Amino acid sequence: MLRFIINRLLQGLLVLFALYTITFFLAKAMPGEPFTTEKNISEEAKAYQRAIYGLDKSLFEQYLRYPINILTKGSFALSTSKGRPVEDIIAQSFPNSLILGLSALGIAICIGVPLGVISAIRKNSWVDWGAMSIAMIGICVPAFTVGPLLQIYIASHLPGLKVAGWGSPADIILPALTLGLTTAAYLARLTRGGMLEILSQDFIRTAKAKGVPSNKLITKHALRGGLLPAIAFIGPSFAALISGSFIVETIFQVPGMGQHFVNAVIARDEFLLLGVALFFGFLIVIMNLAADILTGIMDPRVRLGSNQK
Amino acid sequence: MSLLEVNNLKTYFHTRNGIVRAVDGVSFSVDKGKTIGIVGESGSGKSVSCYSLLGLLPMPPAKIEEGEAIFDRSTDLLSCGEKVLRTIRGKRIGMIFQDPMTSLNPYMRIADQIIEPLCLHMKMDKEKALKKAIHSLDEVGIPEPDNRINMYPHEFSGGMRQRVMIAMALITNPEILIADEPTTALDVTIQKQILDLIQTRQKELGTAVIFITHDLAVISEICEEVNIMYAGRIVEKTDTKSLFRTPKHAYTRSLLKSIPANQVKGEKLYTIPGLPPDTSQIIRGCAFRERNQIGDQNQCLTNSRPEFKEVEPGHWVQNCPGCLS
Ligand SMILES: Nc1ncnc2c1ncn2[C@@H]1O[C@H](COP(=O)(O)OP(=O)(O)OP(=O)(O)O)[C@@H](O)[C@H]1O
Ligand code: SF4
Ligand SMILES: [Mg+2]
Repeated sequence: MLRFIINRLLQGLLVLFALYTITFFLAKAMPGEPFTTEKNISEEAKAYQRAIYGLDKSLFEQYLRYPINILTKGSFALSTSKGRPVEDIIAQSFPNSLILGLSALGIAICIGVPLGVISAIRKNSWVDWGAMSIAMIGICVPAFTVGPLLQIYIASHLPGLKVAGWGSPADIILPALTLGLTTAAYLARLTRGGMLEILSQDFIRTAKAKGVPSNKLITKHALRGGLLPAIAFIGPSFAALISGSFIVETIFQVPGMGQHFVNAVIARDEFLLLGVALFFGFLIVIMNLAADILTGIMDPRVRLGSNQK
Repeated sequence: MSLLEVNNLKTYFHTRNGIVRAVDGVSFSVDKGKTIGIVGESGSGKSVSCYSLLGLLPMPPAKIEEGEAIFDRSTDLLSCGEKVLRTIRGKRIGMIFQDPMTSLNPYMRIADQIIEPLCLHMKMDKEKALKKAIHSLDEVGIPEPDNRINMYPHEFSGGMRQRVMIAMALITNPEILIADEPTTALDVTIQKQILDLIQTRQKELGTAVIFITHDLAVISEICEEVNIMYAGRIVEKTDTKSLFRTPKHAYTRSLLKSIPANQVKGEKLYTIPGLPPDTSQIIRGCAFRERNQIGDQNQCLTNSRPEFKEVEPGHWVQNCPGCLS
């Protein structure tokens, strides 16, 4: 088990390095440079700035310097657009995204999983049909539609809920709902599929033949296996939820991390871009590992110790 | 009256492509402590007959159209409702299934699965149930049962899993054990062990057994009475001795003829020509007519169902000149 975790972490490191390489060269391939602005800055001033940020060195040197600095000094360099260390920017915005993402995931699980289970039990009934139609809509309708709809129909009618802003705990509700509904919809469909798959297995018939009542048939015999597809999905999607969403943050004015993904590109701020990209990659690696470990706990046939995935 | 009397059971599947008459008027009965066999080709409706008795079929598409199954002189299993049925399933009627690899829950420890009937039906506490479960694993020949009971099914071989299934089905001392091809998925050496095990446990507990198989050799070993099933109907019913000595229906005779051990060495293996009929089509007359090679097809009935008749004491058969000649 421990060896499995170490193995996977080493693999993750490799993934992160590949991610870094790709992001680095893509960032370099962006047209323009950080200090191109509308203002007319003299060439000397630009050269001076480049030297400060180390952008005057050779490409190869720059390519090596960033990861070496991370490993030796724990420093992600200065953001060229904000003039502050990238790690500070992440440290400031990530907690907001984390809270928002956790709430969104909580909402998604509380809505999606029960809905999927009920749909599977009442397969082909109007409950199933209704739930799955809503889920399909949830998947298809984008956040920039759901968000404003919630603002118009809920925030403006319920006291205590603001249309946008990030101050009181109540401000979490609407953006979390917007963010979580799509995940809820995916979870509902995955849970339904997983449960149907398990409920059609021979061992369910065995349990029934033993006289197991139908509620226990679901909770004791079917749920564990039926949730596996949902768990495999929750891992990476959780990483995505807590690393912020540009759209939701913009709609609801949340000072989260998602904005930096887009703003860094617009500002050609390659250090910030690399920072958030690597951080996101790190979260994905960790969450996938967590999902795999959880799968191993839930499914005794999966052997984490051996080399199979 | 017998312990279980099934009369004119009809189970149909209402599918998109029409009605599948999987079981079409089946009757049989089992006495206390006796063993009856149900034999037939794949798809003849053996499993569906038994699943119907315990309400194990998905409904829809399955529907029990007609019939009764009187258990212990009082309860009609087909109409008593889920609640009553649940007190009988796994307590008074146990069941083992064809494929031991898929019939145990891979996500649960053997212990939790095997004590379930005790906790559900006998209201036994977990500790006492575990003790009994270990004892019953020992009785079906599982080595180190107190150790193995904490394992998961995938850590057992197919034969061992079927032993677990048997222990689990018999743990409440049921009056009837339904065994749906319990040895088909196992290799030959283990088949014999499992058969012997079922027989010993049956003798010890006085359980009646309904034994489903497509293997006549197995029948000859353990059954007292045999029902030959074809396309959802029983075509012949008699005690095992007379089945092998004086088989009457052409289908039974073809089956006996196709047992490898009964064939002259070097001769081509006999197989029954044609395919089992498609039970989603309404069959006018007799479903076996087209495949009747041994009998005389010219004497077949063409538009009425052959009559099921006792032609000799205790020997019932579809009474039709074309088959019996
Ligand atoms: N869920 C279902 N929907 C439609 N038809 C079904 C269903 N289950 C079984 N059948 C049909 O019922 C018929 C009888 O099936 P059954 O499983 O009883 O056969 P069997 O005699 O047990 O065969 P085997 O030896 O292969 O187990 C088959 O023709 C099958 O196609
Ligand atoms: S003789 Fe009668 S029972 Fe035999 S195949 Fe013909 S119709 Fe069927
Ligand atoms: Mg079968």
